[in-house]
Amino acid sequence: MTEPSTTGPATTGTAGPDKVASAEQIGLSAREAAALPPRDAASWAKKVDRLQVDPRDGVRGTNVAGRRLTGPVQGFGKMWQKTYRMDAGPGVQPQQAIATWREHFPEFWPKGNRFAGALTGINPGDVALLDLAVGGGVKLSTGVFVLYADSESFTLMTPQGHMFAGWITFSAEREGDTTMVQAQVLMRANDPLYEIAMTLGGHRKEDKFWAATLTALGLRLGIADPKVDTRSTCVDSKRQWRHSSNVWHNSMVRSVLQTLAAPVTGLGHLLRGSKRGMKSQPNG
Amino acid sequence: MDARAITMDVRRVGEKTAVVDIRGEVTAACEPVLMSAYEAAGGSATNRLVLNFAGLEYMNSGGIGMLVTLLVRANRQHQQLAAFGLSEHYREIFELTRLDEAITIYDSEESALNGAVR
Repeated sequence: MTEPSTTGPATTGTAGPDKVASAEQIGLSAREAAALPPRDAASWAKKVDRLQVDPRDGVRGTNVAGRRLTGPVQGFGKMWQKTYRMDAGPGVQPQQAIATWREHFPEFWPKGNRFAGALTGINPGDVALLDLAVGGGVKLSTGVFVLYADSESFTLMTPQGHMFAGWITFSAEREGDTTMVQAQVLMRANDPLYEIAMTLGGHRKEDKFWAATLTALGLRLGIADPKVDTRSTCVDSKRQWRHSSNVWHNSMVRSVLQTLAAPVTGLGHLLRGSKRGMKSQPNG
Repeated sequence: MDARAITMDVRRVGEKTAVVDIRGEVTAACEPVLMSAYEAAGGSATNRLVLNFAGLEYMNSGGIGMLVTLLVRANRQHQQLAAFGLSEHYREIFELTRLDEAITIYDSEESALNGAVR
């Protein structure tokens, strides 16, 4: 224990791989360094209040536009840290693994799920639209926001209404003579309905999803028999009841309603179209 | 691969408040350092922890995740977390990730302490 009212001991350690030399390392003065943008500036998305999306082919594209981003602080359920790790072997460099993952991200998703992102791959500030298979012929329409991306990691953050509030970080790093690739989810179920769904098999389904994704990535990287290790830790067992009203945005409920309403909505569009067509016909 | 240093020096201000001066790079890899600093700050004896980010040189998304872990730990002990010294860039990251809704951001150490020591 430290003595109160005294300067505590300095706690020093080392952290993280360096990608770019610091201002001090390249001999800049404090004033020159202050004028430079931070080294991580290009890796972070610019601040957004609400998401804006462009329509994308192959997905419904609902439940994303106008939504706010949600982190673990805004979620409802217990907080989980789930880590999926795969040994990519000595021949794969971390930057190579991440470049492949960022460029071909949707291709590694399990069948039945659609990720409609930018054609240029994963870049900070992008919004991707998702259609996720949830069973019973229902597709959960939601999205993700690319919060951060550099050569060794990238992070997706979820919007209001997504199954969970939080982020998923995909990273690769050298450990000894091998490269470890991982996906790590820091999340809380977004509302009470999702919390129940996660408890009743949702977590298991998510574990399978990311294990399948990592396996597909491993095969693309040339690993003969990719093995994925899954580890889940409950970081906070308390539920945040003040966020139970998040259920209003629940994309699952809205997706079901949108699926049920689709024939009526389609008919409405059709009728409005034919009415306009009749109006525009010249009088004979 | 190069490893960069992070230092977190702990100062006690009054009986219930501690300031952690963070210098260097905040990534997921510095979690043990932050947690040691948290312990050095007095653990449950402190009711408010103020993080000084004036010396922050670099932060990735793993670093933000680590701050959420610290937040959970502080909440468990009914402690408040506050921050100051954030540049415009890092303040925007706090706002983007909505971490600012749980960690109160102040413009200066004085205002952070005025908020802390009542």
